[in-house]
Amino acid sequence: MTDRVLSDAYPEGGFWHLEAYLKSGGYEAARKALSGMKPEAVVDEVKRASLRGRGGAGFPAGVKWSFVPRTTDKPVYVCVNADEGEPGTAKDRAILTHNPHAVLEGLLIIAFAVGAHDAYIYIRGEYEALARRLEGAIGEAEKKGFLGARVLGLDFRLDVAVHRGAGAYICGEETALLESIEGRRGEPRLKPPFPALVGLFQAPTVINNVETVACVPLIIRHGADWFVKQGLPRDGGTRVFTVSGAVVRPGLYELPLGTTLRELIFVHAGGLRPGRTLKAVIPGGLSAPLLRADEVDLPLDFDSLAKSGSMLGSAAVIVLDDTASMLTVLNVIARFYAHESCGQCTPCRLGTAWIRKAVTRLVEGLGEARDLDEIVRVAEAIKGRTLCPLGDAAALPTIALVTKFRGELEAALHG
Amino acid sequence: MSLTLSAGAMASVEAAERRYPRPQAALLPILQIIQTELGYIPVEAEIWAAERLGLPPVRVREVMSFYTLLRRRKPGRHIVQVCRNLSCTLNGAEDLLSRLAEKWGVRPGETSADGRFSLLTVECLGNCPEAPCLQVDDADYGKVTAQALDEILTGLD
Repeated sequence: MTDRVLSDAYPEGGFWHLEAYLKSGGYEAARKALSGMKPEAVVDEVKRASLRGRGGAGFPAGVKWSFVPRTTDKPVYVCVNADEGEPGTAKDRAILTHNPHAVLEGLLIIAFAVGAHDAYIYIRGEYEALARRLEGAIGEAEKKGFLGARVLGLDFRLDVAVHRGAGAYICGEETALLESIEGRRGEPRLKPPFPALVGLFQAPTVINNVETVACVPLIIRHGADWFVKQGLPRDGGTRVFTVSGAVVRPGLYELPLGTTLRELIFVHAGGLRPGRTLKAVIPGGLSAPLLRADEVDLPLDFDSLAKSGSMLGSAAVIVLDDTASMLTVLNVIARFYAHESCGQCTPCRLGTAWIRKAVTRLVEGLGEARDLDEIVRVAEAIKGRTLCPLGDAAALPTIALVTKFRGELEAALHG
Repeated sequence: MSLTLSAGAMASVEAAERRYPRPQAALLPILQIIQTELGYIPVEAEIWAAERLGLPPVRVREVMSFYTLLRRRKPGRHIVQVCRNLSCTLNGAEDLLSRLAEKWGVRPGETSADGRFSLLTVECLGNCPEAPCLQVDDADYGKVTAQALDEILTGLD
């Protein structure tokens, strides 16, 4: 009986094969939904389960689906976002490696719920080996009638294709992802209209992250109440946390939403290396403002992290110990966003480049204290002034780092 | 503009064009098929793809210049991508990078004189618990030490 998105996928070798997945009750949830439930009932069940988007935004998945018009003369599309690019995050890679059929089954249930017959899985180009495995899984599912012209022998068609990205962080943003599938530069679109109304090829489209999709069969199988109990009332289920950086056991940990950050680091990930002390934690991927060591006693869920001034994001936890140079961290952040800004919005295009220039001066030993003020001033000027969240993703961690570790950065000036 | 692709690659191009309701959406897959076949995407191939999909060539160049994995120049026989984002940097990525740069006498973005290796940096390979990590062609390597790196590279032609 599978109760987890990832953890259950490990025990027997070869779980990614259809046969192993079926043995554990795979595709039973899809059968239950497609042959015994109305699409609206599927949407309601997922709404009640408080399943929130695991790509990072935390938007309730069922609510997102309910925006898709019930009657439309256009086709409806579902896209699975497997563009995992948020630095620190390796969970979708693991889910697709070990449990690809859970993603396909979830996709099938979503397609049924919103009336879609064509789906695309957008996978980042660096995951080429994984893309081939995924295509193998799709082939297996088609052969056994879980995808294709008559799914489960019913009058329901679903064709799934894998679309490979080509190296652009921004394509993880849902409207940039749509642009990329359509064969253009991945430049985010102005919202509204939201993709649920005007999405891929101008048609209604649902875009969900891999982990979100993989949760859907569990909700249909065990029910919304069960799913909520795996996590919190406003944030149901588990999360697959990616822990990296200065811990004894970096890895993937699937735990209930609401587990504390301290427990994740010091119990599950084995704590810090001998003799080291905790300096700071980035709790939700590089875009999440970092927390100081005295701020880690908080539960890991979307609302608690937002209240702390950071975000749960992609649940990628990067741990920094006392050996970490905050100037190095700042340099990595500045370089990354300057490189990945798509260039469409002036505050982000210019601002990230200015910040990078100033940080480079600091790294080369040519900086002055006023450069730190300038970095914060420019970051403030990006914040809230861009089409997509990349601007804030560049600005907020920069501001948090310079503000919280100003003393160390100033000391490095004279270093 | 003429471009000669193998029968297999042509079949993949045609399959890609059928996969989308608008043929222009097949642009990325077509460029990727060409790159897999030739190792890079020469300008003739850009024009060929444009003509095939009914696009002005500049639309193809826009796409080429946006995505870092699309290459306009022929790379070395193997492409080594070293991740230098935060988790990897905290775990010694810069050392791996400078080791390779010195060994081959190249800067990131360049190819060794014998044409064996192209050295690239990459921003997060999504393998962070395995930091420091890198990719050689399509294969992932994690927890890479200097010694492991030498062993990985020795096995390649």
